[in-house]
Amino acid sequence: MMSAITSQHDHHVEELESLKVTGFWIFLVTDCLIFGTLFATYAVLVNHIANGPSGKEIFELSGVTWETFILLTSSFTSGLAMLAMHKGNKKQIINWLIVTILLGMSFVGLEVREFAQMVDEGATISTSAFLTAFFTLVGTHGLHVSLGILWMIGLIIQLFQRGLNVKTKRKLTVIGLYWHFLDVVWIFIFTIVYLMGVM
Amino acid sequence: MWEKIKDFSSGFFVTGEPMIYGADVAIVLVSLAIVYVLTRYKKWGWLWREWLTTVDHKKIGIMYIIAALLMLFRGGVDALLMRTQLALPNQHFLDSNHYNEIFTTHGTIMILFMAMPLMFGLFNIAVPLQIGARDVAYPFLNAVSFWMFFFGALLFNLSFVIGGSPNAGWLSYPPLSEIPYSSGPGQNFYVWGINISGIGSTATGINFLVTILKMRAPGMKLMKMPLFTWSVLASCILIIFTFPVFTATLAMLYIDRFLGGHFFTMTGAGNPMMYINLIWMWGHPEVYIVVLPAFGIFSEVVATFSKKKIFGYKSMVFSLILISVISYFTWAHHFFTMGAGADVNTFFAIATMAIAIPTGVKIFNWLFTMYKGRIEFSQPMLWTIGFIVCFVIGGATGVMLSIAPADYQYHNSYFLIAHFHNTLIGGVVFAYLAGLIYWWPKMFGFKLNDRLGKWAFWFWNIGFYVCFLPQYALGFMGMTRRLYTYGWDRGWAPLNFVSTIGAFLMGIGFIFQAVQIIYSIKHGEKDTTGDPWNGRTLEWSIPSPAPHYNFAVVPYAPEQDAWWEMKKKMQDPDYKKEKVELEPIHMPKNTGIPFIMSFFWFIAGFGFTFEWVWMIVVGLIGVAATMFARSFQYDDDYYIPVEEIKETESAMGRVV
Amino acid sequence: MIQKWLKWLKVLPAAIFAAMTLAGCENYVVLQPKGPVAKTEYDLIVFSAIVCLGIILVVFALLFYIIWRYRDKPDNKAPYQPEWDDNKTIEIIWWAIPIVICMILGYSTAKTTYALAKGTGFHDSDKQPVTIQATSLDWKWLFTYPDDKVASVNEVVIPAGVPVKFELTTDAPMNSFWVPSLGGQIYTMPGMSMGLYLKADKPGVYYGSGANFSGEGFAHMKFKVIAKPENEYKQWVAQVKKSSPALTEKGYETLSKPGLTDKAFYSSYPNGLFEKIVKKNGGDFYKMHHMDTYKTHPDFGKDSMKDENGGSDMNMDMSH
Repeated sequence: MMSAITSQHDHHVEELESLKVTGFWIFLVTDCLIFGTLFATYAVLVNHIANGPSGKEIFELSGVTWETFILLTSSFTSGLAMLAMHKGNKKQIINWLIVTILLGMSFVGLEVREFAQMVDEGATISTSAFLTAFFTLVGTHGLHVSLGILWMIGLIIQLFQRGLNVKTKRKLTVIGLYWHFLDVVWIFIFTIVYLMGVM
Repeated sequence: MWEKIKDFSSGFFVTGEPMIYGADVAIVLVSLAIVYVLTRYKKWGWLWREWLTTVDHKKIGIMYIIAALLMLFRGGVDALLMRTQLALPNQHFLDSNHYNEIFTTHGTIMILFMAMPLMFGLFNIAVPLQIGARDVAYPFLNAVSFWMFFFGALLFNLSFVIGGSPNAGWLSYPPLSEIPYSSGPGQNFYVWGINISGIGSTATGINFLVTILKMRAPGMKLMKMPLFTWSVLASCILIIFTFPVFTATLAMLYIDRFLGGHFFTMTGAGNPMMYINLIWMWGHPEVYIVVLPAFGIFSEVVATFSKKKIFGYKSMVFSLILISVISYFTWAHHFFTMGAGADVNTFFAIATMAIAIPTGVKIFNWLFTMYKGRIEFSQPMLWTIGFIVCFVIGGATGVMLSIAPADYQYHNSYFLIAHFHNTLIGGVVFAYLAGLIYWWPKMFGFKLNDRLGKWAFWFWNIGFYVCFLPQYALGFMGMTRRLYTYGWDRGWAPLNFVSTIGAFLMGIGFIFQAVQIIYSIKHGEKDTTGDPWNGRTLEWSIPSPAPHYNFAVVPYAPEQDAWWEMKKKMQDPDYKKEKVELEPIHMPKNTGIPFIMSFFWFIAGFGFTFEWVWMIVVGLIGVAATMFARSFQYDDDYYIPVEEIKETESAMGRVV
Repeated sequence: MIQKWLKWLKVLPAAIFAAMTLAGCENYVVLQPKGPVAKTEYDLIVFSAIVCLGIILVVFALLFYIIWRYRDKPDNKAPYQPEWDDNKTIEIIWWAIPIVICMILGYSTAKTTYALAKGTGFHDSDKQPVTIQATSLDWKWLFTYPDDKVASVNEVVIPAGVPVKFELTTDAPMNSFWVPSLGGQIYTMPGMSMGLYLKADKPGVYYGSGANFSGEGFAHMKFKVIAKPENEYKQWVAQVKKSSPALTEKGYETLSKPGLTDKAFYSSYPNGLFEKIVKKNGGDFYKMHHMDTYKTHPDFGKDSMKDENGGSDMNMDMSH
């Protein structure tokens, strides 16, 4: 009797967990729209440089290429963490998550340096509409990445404390989705903002 | 030291207005009274356990409704203040600044802090019960949604006594809402009050979308669900696909103000027209977000009180979807006069006209539901008939407005004001009041008094026409909106005076409703069966008020109007009640995190409003800490044992 | 008790009607068009009002008949069919009729929108259009007359019977230029120069106002449009040139500060003032996406596009 209830409980919990993954997909739709709005605004204001510099004058493709490489790699390592999850290997999951976090922190560090350099050169968020749109769009992405790093740290702690179970597996799935989403957004940023900006 | 405090206070608190001082006193007195009552009757624990930490959708619904009715009062007072100022020319009751703040807060409050929460309240009360579910998909998130709304609304409402309210209109167009023209905290209150609340709205959209798609009772296919549930589904899809645009746009306005950005400024090559496009890309679907559930309520009320199946169910579903889709292609009709050119204006004019088609179809379907039915003029039905008359006029004037060249004359005039109040009050408010009366017994176990309710209805209904029909005429007389005063020279005075009378008639209607609620708490007819209206949908199959687990046994509901069909079967002489095996019911635990996290958002929002960085940091760290705490919270559910279910059911007169 | 209230109700419509007529017919400016643009818009308003009124009356008739006939009275002999919920024929009818109505209204809308954009009625006039620039400020209207080099505040004088091309911008938050007797309004936007053709058929004084909320003094942004016969117009210009003070750069700076002013006239104004205002507020960035309600057709008023101050054609880009 107890085992019947327990297995029913487990099945129920599994259903609830998968419901949470569904809900997260829909959250990503809303996040997509936030970025979409910022992209649309950027597109309208890209040539509104007032008395300030244009993208061509301030973007440094080498740094941005490194950022891209690092972020894409971190997406790959987060995928490796997911593979480890399917194998049930808690240690490997944590290791790959740590690598992902380090790569993520490098990305953010490089971006902060890029922004600081621009500000040094006199290209700030209040210089022109183009720069406001640039800093907001790229900065929002960077903020999302930073929050993702904090989230991953919390998840690693929970893996240590509770090991792999239905809930922690769902949390890993969700943060994997989030991280890949940010990667896709970055590809758009890299293309539309940086590549098109310097052409 | 004293000088410093005085200096700070005179900027921080709103000074110089006797009405505001009166409000300050009232706020302090009411707050003290609440604290006193809670302490005297030792109810703090009860408040925390039963309400502040609840994740029960039924209680959350009640809290939404209470908050919304309070906001209806505040927004209504704003309206009466405005109409008093405008009753006659050249009055000095409200000066320009005060008037401008009032029309701004009136609009913002009515749409975002009255209509939306009232709607979310009805979602919470009715949808899980209608689909035979025991809860929404994400009960914790549901609580977060409510408290984010609560604290966002609280932040916004503080503005009239602290710092000063926004005064650039309910949509805060730049450049007027930018620093050079609005340098105080008012616009910041606007951005943060709305954005904090908006996170809650978006979350509700996600919550109910998944609830409806994934948690219906076994057998209940999509094309068999109640039409109110369908309308909620459509509304949620709209919420998900448009609220983020609003959030992002207001955030951009704040970046302009706080960080000296140039998204929409006059300098630095900013583009204010971009804001107007973005805000209406949200703004137009927003009115459909609130009106579609209104249509859903009417479908339930008309079928129930005509004792007849809704006419053309498939058509009704199709028109809901069509309206949702087309609503994304109409936004530019809000600024035909911004010079977009003939191509753009023609496209949007025709798309706007097109939306009237599925809307009109719905009206005919309701009429033909009543046709060959047996119509009972209950309170909800009265509101429905009032709606049909009122909304048809509003819809017709909407078609007139959609004709772009004609709109060049109507735009921003009193013709426009009359139209949107026609559809918002006649459509949305009438519907939500009908829904409130209709589902009230399910929430509280008693009905709202009929006589008082009918008085309220007639005052609202007649008051509406007296207030707004003259405003169509004023539009033709060239009266622009948002004028704090006007002269004798254009002949606008008589119609303005009549309009003010109408506004006060509606105010009397509201007073009747307040009296009705208080009276009915003591003397309202008890609902002992759970089915006071001889309803057709599943919410009427359980006791009133609904037990905390909703359904002791999850129903099997394969037909449209599931409860009606079940009742028919039960009247069959051969009907034998099935023996059901009760099982323990899985329930989410109460938690204080939604309340606490939203409180930290309030702190952060306050900091953002006054640009006090330390407060922003404290608030955001609090938010992060509570989110972390939630992430580490694994023990968040429990089971109701079968014994408890049996006890609860028999206490309400049910045998399982 | 109820009877007393009902009697009072009957008085209400009479009171409203009285209030509406007390106002005086000539004050219904939208319904008394005094120029070809307002007339075109008026025709469309009346047509759509009649169509919409028809729809309203049909729905009301159906509604009141149905709630009377099918009310739940014990002795009601009307048929009761609780399961009847479908009839394809009826559905087709009430999908089809609104579609047809929309097609009719849509056609009229499209026709008129393009006609106004092409400036119908202005090309075939044998009169050369007069250009007047209007700038909305906090909280007043500045009119500069590039053809005659004079300026005025809160009052604009135009020749009657002659098409007037208004060029509109703002040096303050967005506003809207509205003279209901002569035609519909258009927004004034920073960095943009919008075109609006209006004509007063006959001499007269017409009411104008700002129509997009712009702050504390917005309610006072009213102005008069005075249409004079052509010869009197020329006399007026000469008079202003002779006897009014000049508007200097400094004078403009003072004028553009927030506040209210009385009407004023100036015999001259700084060269290219209007163009400078447009450029100052971001004019360079709108060359690419210039928009103009009344000028999307390539043939629109070609000859009158040249700006006498030699300003750039920032608002005249025809090639898009």
